[in-house]
Amino acid sequence: MAEPSSDFSQTASLEQRVAAIEAVFETHGMQPGPFIAGMTHAAAEEWVPQNGARVVAKAWADPGFKQRLLQNGKAAVAELGLSMPAHHRHLVALENTTSVHNLICCTLCSCTAFTIIGLPPDWYKDLDYRARVVRESRTVLREMGLDLAPEIEIRVWDTTTDTRYMVLPQQPPHTAGWPEQELAKIVTKEVMIGVASLALPAAS
Amino acid sequence: MDGVHDLGGRQGFGTINYAPDAPFFHADWEKRVNALYGLAVRKGIFNMDEYRHAIERMPARHYLSASYYERTLTSLATLLVEKGLVSAQGLQELAQGNFPLSRSSAPGRSNLDAPLALKVGDRVRVKNDFFAGHVRMPGYIRGKAGVVVGESPAYPFPDAHAHGVAAQDEPTFDIAFRSEELWPNASDAATVHVGVFSSYLQRID
Repeated sequence: MAEPSSDFSQTASLEQRVAAIEAVFETHGMQPGPFIAGMTHAAAEEWVPQNGARVVAKAWADPGFKQRLLQNGKAAVAELGLSMPAHHRHLVALENTTSVHNLICCTLCSCTAFTIIGLPPDWYKDLDYRARVVRESRTVLREMGLDLAPEIEIRVWDTTTDTRYMVLPQQPPHTAGWPEQELAKIVTKEVMIGVASLALPAAS
Repeated sequence: MDGVHDLGGRQGFGTINYAPDAPFFHADWEKRVNALYGLAVRKGIFNMDEYRHAIERMPARHYLSASYYERTLTSLATLLVEKGLVSAQGLQELAQGNFPLSRSSAPGRSNLDAPLALKVGDRVRVKNDFFAGHVRMPGYIRGKAGVVVGESPAYPFPDAHAHGVAAQDEPTFDIAFRSEELWPNASDAATVHVGVFSSYLQRID
């Protein structure tokens, strides 16, 4: 596209640019207002890490559910009333063990299982994590407060297709026998991305 | 496209600015632009592959200096212009200032090969392929060998789908690579898994 000729000496502010785009939507009769309100609500209230926490808690409490989750994640989370966008055709739950620690990224952009674990945090989308996590995984985790024992194998998953991932952490031994509702309370977004662990203290 | 967005393995970056419970929106305009691009996709103005590629097409210096939602904003604006809903000049007049957009796109391409019938355990090599359009092959796996650990449902082929080119949906495979083979003597040991489209792969016999 040719550079547009410009009558302006300064770049419009971000707010001005967004307002310009909203005006274009209005001109074409697309009524952005209600849609913005709906999506803002969804981002705050529906697409939350508590969804993924319920999935993890049920996988810990119910071995049959865990197997179904590992076989077909999208169908399994639907049992809990959780949905994913149509274009996310597959959900892979990555099971941590005493010898394996899983970790998720999107080096090319910011892809996340957002309806299940919530929208990605700043650091996940920023250049440093995207550049370093595939090549310096153990170092990056240590910097983020997770110092894994040397014998633990690290598996990094770069989200390059429309398949989405979530980490299924190990259940901390002291929580054996807890009801699902209590189990869900301890599972965080960071644990389901793989940059924190429930067995070790998270960065404060 | 070998753009600066293709960051995996790049050096020169520093400590991750990490905090638990980190926010994802910092301003009202960010919530609005996130919803607006979602609305555009819902209305069929463009698809997710076009959206991602329009971000990748930002001039390199703008890409690297922009915040995350400024990248969303630039992609959305570029696609509204390219799809004919507004002119670049019109956007500047509405915004009352310059409105930087992404650079134009190279042509797309259709599927490179018939889909491979790979199984878990098969060894494969990523093709030594270079393409100026949208491609979901991070440069750090180009030409590298790995092992199939899983298959996903077929997805629209990004190299075509981001460019309005006709193509078949393709199976994608989770391929496990060893970091020692991706960056010899220059990485932390790990198995790095990447979801790779069939067209980007060839079998190793």
